Amino acid sequence: MSEEQEYSIETKDLCLYYGDFQALNNVTVNISNGKITGLIGPSGCGKTTLLRCFNRVNERYGNVTTTGEIRILSKNIYDNDVSLINLRKSVGMVFQRPNPLPISVYENVVFGLRIHSKRKELKKAQLDDAVEKALREVYLWDDLKDQLQTKGTHLQLEQQQKLCIARLLPLKPEIILMDEPCSALDTEATQAVEELMYSLTGKYTIVIVTHNMAQARRVSDECIFMLLGELVEHTRTEDMFLNPKHKKTEDYIEGRYG
Amino acid sequence: MFEETPHIRQKLRVETTAKSLFLLMTVFIIIPLVLIVTYMIYKASPVLSLDFLLSKPIRGMRDGGIWPAFLGTLYLVLMSLCIAAPVGVMAAIYLNEYAKDNWLTRTVNLAVINLAGVPSIVHALFGLGAFVIFAGIGRSILAAALTLAVMTLPVIITSTKESLAAVPMSFREACWNVGATRWQTIRGIVLPNSVSGMLTGFILEVSRAAGETAPIMFTGAVFYKAIQEGDLFAYGLLDQCMALSMHLFTISTQVPDVPEALPYATAVVLLSTVLAVNALSIGLRVYIRSRKKW
Repeated sequence: MSEEQEYSIETKDLCLYYGDFQALNNVTVNISNGKITGLIGPSGCGKTTLLRCFNRVNERYGNVTTTGEIRILSKNIYDNDVSLINLRKSVGMVFQRPNPLPISVYENVVFGLRIHSKRKELKKAQLDDAVEKALREVYLWDDLKDQLQTKGTHLQLEQQQKLCIARLLPLKPEIILMDEPCSALDTEATQAVEELMYSLTGKYTIVIVTHNMAQARRVSDECIFMLLGELVEHTRTEDMFLNPKHKKTEDYIEGRYG
Repeated sequence: MFEETPHIRQKLRVETTAKSLFLLMTVFIIIPLVLIVTYMIYKASPVLSLDFLLSKPIRGMRDGGIWPAFLGTLYLVLMSLCIAAPVGVMAAIYLNEYAKDNWLTRTVNLAVINLAGVPSIVHALFGLGAFVIFAGIGRSILAAALTLAVMTLPVIITSTKESLAAVPMSFREACWNVGATRWQTIRGIVLPNSVSGMLTGFILEVSRAAGETAPIMFTGAVFYKAIQEGDLFAYGLLDQCMALSMHLFTISTQVPDVPEALPYATAVVLLSTVLAVNALSIGLRVYIRSRKKW
């Protein structure tokens, strides 16, 4: 991670349309490097859509038009020389429903390496290392070191979600996007995943969409509040929850609507 | 409290009637099947033997076995599957995984579904025109297999598309978000998890191709062809051949004084062939499915 950059994600006048429906309206935001940024707002306000813009995976979902600018690590990702493959390698995503692939734990972790390297280049020892390193980083190694051949889909939900995070790490991503990563998990698992997120700060820029105000407050350094496709407020998390600048933010975080 | 009122009794009576009716209908469809199969086997029993399968018809098809027809059907079915399966699977992959959802794609999808309903005699004429005459292949196993392949393609495409669509979207998302291309996603995750569904399509294609008479009658099947008994490689690609369905038609309607057991025995062989192939695919499907879980 390049230390000199203050922001790892910058957008300018970002608009996005699904067909005729405008899902994002002139979103201009700078997301700080190496921190956890929470993305909150009521359902349908464009949080997930915004998240999916950052690795341009939106384009795989059909009829999508984007205008404006998105810079990841100062590089405009709509430039012609940007390879989506490499972009997505650097900007990984974790989903609401843990979605480990229906292959072994081991293969889940090395999946990224395999698709980004030629078959011959990958040595067994190197893959083994990557698996151990990634699983240690998400605190799964001790639990799973003896069952690396178990299918990822057979693990407990918490382990599945951690595995989904581990799957990104061998690719040395800069940014990890998390779309409500805990909403399918119980409280203990949520806590475990949150702790994992803390431990990843500094190494990766994390953007997390969440419906859970308390979670946003617990885990994020900065918070972005969105409403109807527009960015309403973006401040340090403490400021947002203690002194929201906008009436709408205040009403939302106090639960008057949502 | 809680006692039965006449209104409730009335509802329960309707419930019982409805259930019995549905059960009765289920029994109705099973009985004819069992009857037909037993009757067929009973009628065929005098001539049914391995020898019947492996020898050729003699005395103007009034005696002997059905080897040339049996082998012909095997050739036709397997060849049409070899042609239709790759083409159909690849087209289905394109339609399901790559094609954008626009009017053109929707039209193509609709056309594929409608194509499955085109009567086989129409396919027969198409095969005659396109393969036998226009492409100059002549009446042959190749032309007949191509015709059968064209006829069964829609079935394969439709069932393959369904089995691809049954693979959860979240797996694709997982792959895309680590930078996998569509093909890497398909090759690594989607295909291995949809093979069992594709086999269903192949089963249907086999059943249909084995039973069809019209398409092969015009394009490559003949009344009688003498080949080496028991030789698996007796036909060449450009030979004409006999086929079970055609043979059944011939000895039932075209040749006088055929002993009654012969057509029945032929039907039993045709049915068993289809069942055997189906059983194989179903077994394979069960095996593949038992290994996949998410």
